[in-house]
Amino acid sequence: MADVYAYIKHADGVAEDSALELIVAAKKIAPDAPVTAVVTGTGADLDKVCNEMAATYNAVWKIDNAALAYPNAEVIRKALVNILPGDSVVLLPHDTFGMDLGPGLSIKMDSTFVADIVDIEGVDGGTLKVVRQEFSGMASAHVTCDISSGAVLNVRPGVNQPDESKTGGGAVEDKSGDAGDLSTKRTFLEVVEAEAGDVDITKSEVLVSVGRGIEDEDNVEMVFDLAKAMGADVSCSRPIVDAKWLEKSRQVGTSGQTVKPKVYLALGISGSFQHLGGIKGNAFIVAVNKNLKAPIFQVADVGVEADILEFIPELTEAIEGL
Amino acid sequence: MEILVCVKRVPDTSENEIEINSDGNDIERDDLVYSVNEWDNYAVEEAIQIVDKVGGSVTVVTVGDDESEEVLRREMAMGADNGLLLTDDAFEGSDGKGIATILKGAVEKGNYDLIFTGAQADEGAAQVGGMLAAMLDYPYASLVSLIEPGDGKLKVGREIEGGNQEMNEIELPCVLSIQTGINEPRYVGIRGIRKVASVEIPELGAGDLGVDAGAIGADAAKVKRVDYFVPDLGEGAEMLEGSTEEIIEKLIEYLKAKGGLK
Repeated sequence: MADVYAYIKHADGVAEDSALELIVAAKKIAPDAPVTAVVTGTGADLDKVCNEMAATYNAVWKIDNAALAYPNAEVIRKALVNILPGDSVVLLPHDTFGMDLGPGLSIKMDSTFVADIVDIEGVDGGTLKVVRQEFSGMASAHVTCDISSGAVLNVRPGVNQPDESKTGGGAVEDKSGDAGDLSTKRTFLEVVEAEAGDVDITKSEVLVSVGRGIEDEDNVEMVFDLAKAMGADVSCSRPIVDAKWLEKSRQVGTSGQTVKPKVYLALGISGSFQHLGGIKGNAFIVAVNKNLKAPIFQVADVGVEADILEFIPELTEAIEGL
Repeated sequence: MEILVCVKRVPDTSENEIEINSDGNDIERDDLVYSVNEWDNYAVEEAIQIVDKVGGSVTVVTVGDDESEEVLRREMAMGADNGLLLTDDAFEGSDGKGIATILKGAVEKGNYDLIFTGAQADEGAAQVGGMLAAMLDYPYASLVSLIEPGDGKLKVGREIEGGNQEMNEIELPCVLSIQTGINEPRYVGIRGIRKVASVEIPELGAGDLGVDAGAIGADAAKVKRVDYFVPDLGEGAEMLEGSTEEIIEKLIEYLKAKGGLK
């Protein structure tokens, strides 16, 4: 079994949740093998994260370089290719960073790439068996991959419970000298923060959230009518923002807002993992959708199989009549 | 600016209920509605808008069979200048790396400054663009939601977590994967489709592209789907049953109990 490495994402001296999830994924692949955390960055923040990770991982490789101050996937790829052994199994979170880094890294390491792994069944010989989802989460698939000459495995955030046991007992090893030439043709400029909207849905206790099932911009009004009757705020899924029917500040999901309502009423939302990733806390989720295969029904507490265009006005009327 | 946009014909998940077939080795493909991958439409629209601004041409390319030609025509009806169909029995069963290898052959036959893919397609892997870029040694940026053309380079915004945008400068030639919402793809009417119905679309196979047969197809694929299955997800949602009135009555009780009505 080749060496297993987990890339640690961090910001402001704190590791992201994925850091403690990837160790769990790694142990499913290689229960007895040591797992090394790879942490890139610079300065005191980097040292802080490395020390934190030494509690969880069996070893920590620190790569300190001013060029790594911001996690630009193109720069990090060069460092990893220079530092990691050729047949490494590398775990990344399947988020906006992992999607940027993973595919190209696998080519440069001449290894196998598997995206968005939701479960790991185990390794038989040099073959790893995992579970993936296709067709917007409507079908699950077993996938095998040959990892005998290394692999880059992107693991979906949130599917593994974080390992809080702190039983790694690793030491930090400085690998900065092996990073090599880090010049790239893509330069990070700045992060432009999202614009605030007229409603802060991150503070809402009750959200009426609308998705693609609303079909037409003119129908969005009925969602506001329902929200008004309930005393709720209106949020939405990505397609509604893409269509410019609602502003970006109302979008729930990893690329939008993270919300923590008491009640989340999902109307015509299929429930992609990026959308569900934006619902935290212990929300009571009600899903109304005409497609029973929609993944939202797997996570909802209560479901209604219905066309929202017919259901919403009837629900609004009933609530107004209370 | 010469732009190549890689597109794919996929089952339209907003139009279909995806069912697994009885053997579990595929989804039920009878009666499926196919369309061009949603992300690819945004990529083609973006390419057309850039060419409108700075000049050049847009070529759409796909790896597939005769049926894939229809998505090329649809994108040409949007305004893409050329289509290119990469088709060969040897391509069948390729994994993501195999598809990227085939596309690399097409890139090297042309003289493109800029290559787009959609950010992801039906398999949800988001992999071909990044692989293609690495094979070509071109810089890459994924999930692009803003492009400002410059001299020999672009300013691109990547969509990252929390609704924020990561701005980068990237040198040409490069590969970008395009995120939905970057623009508003234009409507394609039946007249537009008719206008390009008889335009000839060149077909290229493995030999034409100079692609090593050992690097593509099912034999070369290191990532293989074994089966489709219905996961055991525990209880899932409690489905409310009965007449609409009964369902609404039960739902209101739940909403009251959980603090969903004020």
